[in-house]
Amino acid sequence: MFHIYCPYCEELREEEEFHPKGQAHIARPEEPDACSDEEWGDYLFFRDNPRGIHHEMWLHAVGCRKFFNITRNTVSYEILETYRMGEQPTVGAEHLAREEKTASVQAAEGGQQTVGASDAALASVKGAQA
Amino acid sequence: MSQTASQSNRLAQGGQVDRTQTLTFTFNGRSYTGHPGDTLASALLANGVDLVNRSFKYSRPRGIVAAGAEEPNAVVQLGATEATQVPNVRATQQALYDGLVACSTNGWPDAQRDIMRWVGKLGSPFMPPGFYYKTFMAPASMWMTYEKYIRKTAGLGRSPTQPDPDIYDHMHRHCDLLVVGAGPAGLSAALAAARAGARVILADEQETMGGSLLDTRETLDDQPAAQWLKTTLAALAEHDNVTLLPRTTAHGYHDHHFVTLHERRTEHLGDSAPSQDGHRQARSRLHRVRAGQVILATGAHERPLVYANNDVPGNLLAGAVSTYIRRYVVVPGQKLVLSTSNDHAYRAALDWQEAGREVAAIVDARPAPQGDLVTQAKAAGIRVITGSAVIEAKGAQRVSAARVAAIDVDTFTVTGKVETLECDTIASSGGYSPVIHLASHTGARPVWSDDIIGFVPTTVAGVTATGGAHGVYPLGEVLADGVEAGVNAATALGFDATVNDADLPHVEPRHEGPACALFQVPHEKTTLRAPKQFVDLQNDVTAGAIEVATLEGFESIEHVKRYTAMGFGTDQGKLGNINGMAVAARCLGQSIPETGTTVFRPNYTPVTFGAVVGRHCRELFDPERYTPMQAWHVAQGAEFEDVGQWKRPWYYPRKRTDGGIESMAEAVARECRAVREGVGILDASTLGKIDIQGADAREFLGRIYTNKWQKLAPGRVRYGLMCGDDGMVMDDGTTSCLAENHFLMTTTTGNAAPVLEWLELWHQTEWPELEVYFNSVTDHWATMTVTGPEARKLLTDLTDIDLDREAFKFMDWREGHVAGVPARVFRISFTGELAFEINVQAHYAMHVWEALFAHGDKYNLTPYGTETMHVLRAEKGFIIVGQDTDGSVTPEDLGMHWAIGYDKPFPWVGKRALTRSDTRREGRKHLVGLKPKDASVVLEEGAPIVFDPKHAIPMPMAGHVTSSYYSPTLESGFALAVVKGGHQRMGESVYLPMADGRVHEAEIVGTQFVDPKGERQHV
Repeated sequence: MFHIYCPYCEELREEEEFHPKGQAHIARPEEPDACSDEEWGDYLFFRDNPRGIHHEMWLHAVGCRKFFNITRNTVSYEILETYRMGEQPTVGAEHLAREEKTASVQAAEGGQQTVGASDAALASVKGAQA
Repeated sequence: MSQTASQSNRLAQGGQVDRTQTLTFTFNGRSYTGHPGDTLASALLANGVDLVNRSFKYSRPRGIVAAGAEEPNAVVQLGATEATQVPNVRATQQALYDGLVACSTNGWPDAQRDIMRWVGKLGSPFMPPGFYYKTFMAPASMWMTYEKYIRKTAGLGRSPTQPDPDIYDHMHRHCDLLVVGAGPAGLSAALAAARAGARVILADEQETMGGSLLDTRETLDDQPAAQWLKTTLAALAEHDNVTLLPRTTAHGYHDHHFVTLHERRTEHLGDSAPSQDGHRQARSRLHRVRAGQVILATGAHERPLVYANNDVPGNLLAGAVSTYIRRYVVVPGQKLVLSTSNDHAYRAALDWQEAGREVAAIVDARPAPQGDLVTQAKAAGIRVITGSAVIEAKGAQRVSAARVAAIDVDTFTVTGKVETLECDTIASSGGYSPVIHLASHTGARPVWSDDIIGFVPTTVAGVTATGGAHGVYPLGEVLADGVEAGVNAATALGFDATVNDADLPHVEPRHEGPACALFQVPHEKTTLRAPKQFVDLQNDVTAGAIEVATLEGFESIEHVKRYTAMGFGTDQGKLGNINGMAVAARCLGQSIPETGTTVFRPNYTPVTFGAVVGRHCRELFDPERYTPMQAWHVAQGAEFEDVGQWKRPWYYPRKRTDGGIESMAEAVARECRAVREGVGILDASTLGKIDIQGADAREFLGRIYTNKWQKLAPGRVRYGLMCGDDGMVMDDGTTSCLAENHFLMTTTTGNAAPVLEWLELWHQTEWPELEVYFNSVTDHWATMTVTGPEARKLLTDLTDIDLDREAFKFMDWREGHVAGVPARVFRISFTGELAFEINVQAHYAMHVWEALFAHGDKYNLTPYGTETMHVLRAEKGFIIVGQDTDGSVTPEDLGMHWAIGYDKPFPWVGKRALTRSDTRREGRKHLVGLKPKDASVVLEEGAPIVFDPKHAIPMPMAGHVTSSYYSPTLESGFALAVVKGGHQRMGESVYLPMADGRVHEAEIVGTQFVDPKGERQHV
């Protein structure tokens, strides 16, 4: 069961408080009527299913009721960052290559890998652990 | 079988049982005695009970093999009464209590005279691996018969048929550090972290904490291990920041350091939990722990060697022999042969001899073993046969001899003459496998280590394996490793912790020679011709079966596992997995790491359903929601219907004049007539209500609903239809304009929460620039619908609102008072009759409801329930989203073109999809009315519709019935249905072939059966 840092509440909460809402950053076309059927179908029905880094939208359903985004490794289930709606992820697919190089260091350091959207959020995660 | 009631195998002195007290217990109907401190397994061995079960597939006699969670055979059914039956209990993990009753789970009719053994003896050539797949394939109709037989003979235990008298708990916990396992590594780690100030939970699955310290021959600081253990446990108990959980198994790791622990609180005390201070205690508790760091100090399981007939009772793990002798003071036999690949196992022979019984020989696979224990054994006069192994056990119900021969491990051959040694017990050790189950629950793959001849875990960040759990075995190193893990975890958590070597007890270093990698022992005959060599005792998987699987082309270890059933079930491959992989690797001519490993899934050992359920049962299983008028409905004898979590009155049966109680049909007919002819009242409080405010509230409604909202004036109400962006109808309801920037939206009862989430989704993710706010007010307002021709008369006397039909038109709402309390009254209708929906604050609701009845007597005001509501709305063709629609229905399919604002300026949700080729195609299913040709027929909801009943089967389906009722007003059955091209087929006949062979004919008609012009609601 995930432990999720809500970027609005600025706290780690249990997964039971959240609903997953699928892939993040799916923009609704500005001019739907200008879309072909195929383009509209792509927007409605087609989603990525990557092995590795995935940006996904979650809802703090029984908390602040805010939608926000999570960058998650779909293999390790590690949550690499959470960030507010409208913000962009700071962790992308290149993260995995970097992580492999430093894996031993991370394992030795230990600690939760949750990273907040901003330095302030990060500080607060670390604070919660201390 | 030797069996006495006098604990003939119990030693007179030592150990950790309390001889001053005697406990009586029953196994398979026979009475025995034991002592506090015993497990059921140690007590059975003390009494010389060799045979505890019949095996799963071949029904071979089986005895106790191990002393802990890894026991594959001694899985028993526990419970003195029907209500307290517990299946799947390992006798090795069950503490003995007075009056304990247990029996074998396998073995029909009983374990000692098992008719299935003839199948095992005669039938085993016919039970190859993949037996079930191969044998019970055809005919398919026979499977039910096969299954019944297989289940009965397989004997997986049974659940009680009476309600469980016990209660179970859940507890949520947070800690800095969770340490799993309280052996030397776990104790050291916990104490190191606790001293640094971390909040620590230490969980251990055994009756007593201590792990390997409970039966070790070694000393700490020149004292028996028990002394250090006592001091350390006392030191931990002194720390306020330490929680000690004995009898607690960490059975699953579930992401982000969330670990579930099953604490058996009273299982050691009796069949069901005793009372304390007049309250029944919780029998088990499930701890849901979120930890900052996790240390896995789960130790290692000894691997048995795989030789012929290694399943006959009397074949034990070497370590288990030591545990039984040293901890429980039980020697499980008279004469021992030990077969080993390593030094450590020698202690079994030393313990055996020191207990005063005979050791026939130690058979060591290594050509020249040399280590301190080897020297000790030789000095004690024990015969050590080197370069050899036990290749076969003799005996049927109990070991009678061991066949020993020189072997070549590398070429997998027997190289010397076979010597037969008489004995009744064979202990074996093929080395040790770190207990990596929890580590592999994290998703981390274990890696093979040639150094320890076993898999060691890799772990995710923040999870550390220590001691035996990652292949560190010498006691001194284990203690140091534990301290280091504890210090590292505390440091990672931000505590100031350092390793202080002075704290470590002194352990005399012991020289151990290298072990050899022996798994399956060669036999003079080939694996396929030799007597059975068991790899997985619980699932009856032999080395031969694995070889057959590889010969049949299975190469992936995951496939071999599934084909042979190795590592299945409650056992989860604790003893057999590595041996099985080694056999597969040998057959495939590759190394074990090349063969790979299977990973383990939760749960590590079975968890009783009671603990999983906790208090979430009976009335606490799921919340029930009541309207403020619930007590009134109950007092009136209403029957209730579940709508989501709501309890809604379904109908109100009354006493008939003949003294009987109305049937549902009679009650509904009466309630329908009351609404159509007089006045009825419905408790509609469960309707979802969402308060919407903000400067852009109106714009938002226009984007989220399919129809127009720009001109809805304060005081007016409009019906709204909501689609997904795929153009499919997802909800409907009325929305009222309370003020220029203030609206009240209603939703269907079941959709209140999803619709609110839907509104938030669009606002937060697509249109955050709109100033609009949403708030659920479902529970704040109670709603009562007063409807029928007499509704105005009834309400006039109770309200200060002008109810004149011109002043208060259909689809208006007014604010005022009803029965003296502030109210909003909406003139909307879901029945087609004149109707007023009265909303009052929930706390006033019962007062208003009762006032309406007090006053409504003279109008024969009749309460009606959801069934009547359904009949009345269906007569008017009003849809229920989710009943008449199913997520594939557009507004146009419903014939609601009038509710689609194609010319609205903003591309509202769902609009684009309504012009996709699929939503525009011919032959979509349309909502229509159906009038059965035979008026007495009420069509079945869900019944398929065809155009041509003479068409050969399978008939092309043209649609199905969505709502169907008997109408007291029409005196006929009627239905709503979706039919292909239905809007173009008015007046045509369709057919409904039923399962019983009847075929109903019905005419396609409009959806409005009563008052099609809609005049009655305007009166």
